[in-house]
Amino acid sequence: MYYVELMLNGLLIGSLYSIVALGFVLIYKASEVINFAQGEFVMFAGYVIAFWILSLNFHIVAAALLALVVMVLVGLLVEWSVLRHLIGRPVVAVIMATIGLASFLQGAAQLLFGVETRSVPLPIDDYPVFIGDLLLNRVELVAAVFAGLGFAAVGWFFVKSRYGIALRAIADDQQVSLAMGINVKTFFGIAWAIAGVVALVGGVFWGNASGVDTQLALIGLKVFPVVILGGLDSIIGALVAGLIIGLVESLAAGFLDPLVGGGTKDLTPYVLMILVLMFRPYGLFGEKIIERV
Amino acid sequence: MINRETGTFKRTYAEDLAIYRTPLPKIAVAVIAFVVFVIIPWQGSEYWLGILNLIGIASLGALGLNILVGRTGQISVGHAAFMSVGAYTAAVILREFPGTHWILAMLGGGCAAALAGMFFGIPSLRIKGLYLAVSTLAAQLIIEWIINHWPWLSGGAQGSIYIQAPTFPWIEDGALVSRKMEANLHYYYLIYVVLAIGILFALNLFRSHLGRAFIAVRDRDIAAEIIGINIFRTKLVAFGIASFYAGVTGVLYTYFYSIANFESFTLLISIQFLAMCIIGGLGSILGSIFGAIFITMLPIVLDFMLRGVGGAVFGWDDAAASAIMPQWNLIMFGGLIMFFLVVEPDGLAKMWRNFTDYFRVWPFPYV
Repeated sequence: MYYVELMLNGLLIGSLYSIVALGFVLIYKASEVINFAQGEFVMFAGYVIAFWILSLNFHIVAAALLALVVMVLVGLLVEWSVLRHLIGRPVVAVIMATIGLASFLQGAAQLLFGVETRSVPLPIDDYPVFIGDLLLNRVELVAAVFAGLGFAAVGWFFVKSRYGIALRAIADDQQVSLAMGINVKTFFGIAWAIAGVVALVGGVFWGNASGVDTQLALIGLKVFPVVILGGLDSIIGALVAGLIIGLVESLAAGFLDPLVGGGTKDLTPYVLMILVLMFRPYGLFGEKIIERV
Repeated sequence: MINRETGTFKRTYAEDLAIYRTPLPKIAVAVIAFVVFVIIPWQGSEYWLGILNLIGIASLGALGLNILVGRTGQISVGHAAFMSVGAYTAAVILREFPGTHWILAMLGGGCAAALAGMFFGIPSLRIKGLYLAVSTLAAQLIIEWIINHWPWLSGGAQGSIYIQAPTFPWIEDGALVSRKMEANLHYYYLIYVVLAIGILFALNLFRSHLGRAFIAVRDRDIAAEIIGINIFRTKLVAFGIASFYAGVTGVLYTYFYSIANFESFTLLISIQFLAMCIIGGLGSILGSIFGAIFITMLPIVLDFMLRGVGGAVFGWDDAAASAIMPQWNLIMFGGLIMFFLVVEPDGLAKMWRNFTDYFRVWPFPYV
C-alpha cells in the first residue's frame, strides 16, 4: 500500500514537472533556444501571483488573470530585448544569455516583491482525499488536473489553431516559413509568451506547496532530465517524461533513501538523464537527428 | 624600438609562430611583470592584495574554462565541480599524509580533477551543444551530491576540511621586499606565479598542433576529422586540460581560505566562470583575465555605487544599501551577461583590441 501511495504521489508531482518542462519544450520547438531560465519563469510567476493575492488582496481568479497578463508581457519582453538578437549565434551564446536571464529574474523578483518567503493561498482544503486506504494530497490532485488542462490546451493550440500550425511550420523550417509569409520573430515572441503563461501554472501550485522565494527556481533544474528523457521537441514527451521522473524520484526516495541516508531524490533524475544521453540522446519521443563525427 | 606590426612580412615559420612579433609587447609584458611581482607587493595594501589574490585565482579558472569553451567549443557548466574535485583531493592528501609537500598536493588535485573532467567529457564524443551543457550540469550536481554524502571525503557534516596553510620558507619576512610577509602577500606570490605558469602554458598550447586542433574542432568538427584530427582525443584532452586548470584553481582556493568547502564550488560558481569567459572574450587569454577582474570587482564596485550614489540621491544609509545589494548583484550580473552577448559578443578583449588597433596606425589612419 505504501508503495502504491508513493507511486501515485510521484505521478502527481511528475505532472507538475511536466507542465514546467512544457514551457521549455515550447520555446525549444519554436526557436531552438535552450531556456535555462524556465525555473526562474516559474518563480517569477509565483512572485507575481503572490503579490496580487497577498499584497493587494485580489480574488484568486482576478489575480490569476492579472498574473497571466504580466507573464505574457514578461515573455514578450524577454524575446524582444534579448533572444531576438541572438538568432543564428552559437549555442553557447544562447545558453549563456538564458543563464544571465535567470540571474536577472531572480534579482528583479526579489527587488520588486521583497525577499521574504510567502505562500500562495489557494481555496483548496488541506484535508487529504481518501481513495480506499490511499491518502492523496488534495492540492496536488487539483494541480495535476490543471497540468492536464494545460497540456490539452497547448495540444489543441498546436494541432488546430492557425498560430499553432505556424509555430510548427517554423519548427520544421524557418526559411520556408518566412517564404510562406509567416513573421518568424512575432511567433518567437508568441512562443515565449505561452511559456510564460505555462510557467504560471507551475508557479501557482509550487508556490502553494513549497512557498515562493528564490528556492522555487530550483525546479528549473528538474526540467533538464524531463526534457532530455522525453525528447527536446516533443510535447507528449514532456508529459510522459515528467510523470516518469516524478515516479522514479518518488520511488528512489522511498527505496534508496533508507539505504544511503537521504538525498537520492535530487540525484536519481540526473543519473537517469546521463543514461539516456548515453544510449538515446534524442529521448523517447524526440526527433532523431543523427550527427556523427 | 617601438615599431608596430603594419602587415604580414614574415619570412620563416619561426617568425610566424613567435609569441612576441614586435618588441613592444615584450616591453609591455616586462613592465606588467615588474608591476605585478615587485611594485604591487611592495606598495599594495592588505585589503587590495586580498582582492588581487581572488582575481588571480579566478583568472586561472577562467583561463582553463576558456580553453575548453572558447577554443574547443565544448560548453561546460560543471567547472566548479572539477575545482571541488581538485580542492578535496589536495585537502585529503594533506590530511591523510601529513608532511606531503603542498606542490605535490596541488599537482595531485589538478590530476584528479583532470581525470574527473575527462570522465565527464566522454559524452562529448556523441553529443554536443546543449546536450553537452546538460550533461556537464549533471556532472556538477552529481559531484556536489557525492561530496555532500560521503563523510570520509568531505570531512563530516560541514562538508569542509581544514588544512594547514602552505608555508614558503624561502620567502623570509622582509627578504623580497621591505615589508612584513602578511598572509595575503604570502599567497599573492603563490597565486601569481601559478597564474604566470598557466598563462605561459596556454600561450604555448595555442600555437602548438594541439591548440590548432582545438580551433579546428570548434569551427567545423566534420572538416577537422577529414583533415586527420582525432576528434575524440582532442575533445578529451581539452576537457583534461581545462579540468586540470580547474583543479589547481580549486587547490588555490583551498590554500587561500585554509579550508576545502563545497560551498565555494556550487553551480553558481560554475556560471560565474562561464560569465567571465563571455564578458572577457571567448577564446582569449587576455579576455579570461579581463573577465575575472570584471566579475570579481563587480560586487565591490556595486557596493561602492549603492552606498555612494544611493546615499547621495536617495538618502540610503549603509543598512538600506546592504539590504538590496544581493539583488542588484544578481541583476547586474545577469544583465551584463545579456548585454555583452547582444552588444559585444567578443567581450572586453575585443574592446581592448579595437582600442589598440586604433593606435596601431595612429597618427596615419589613412595609410
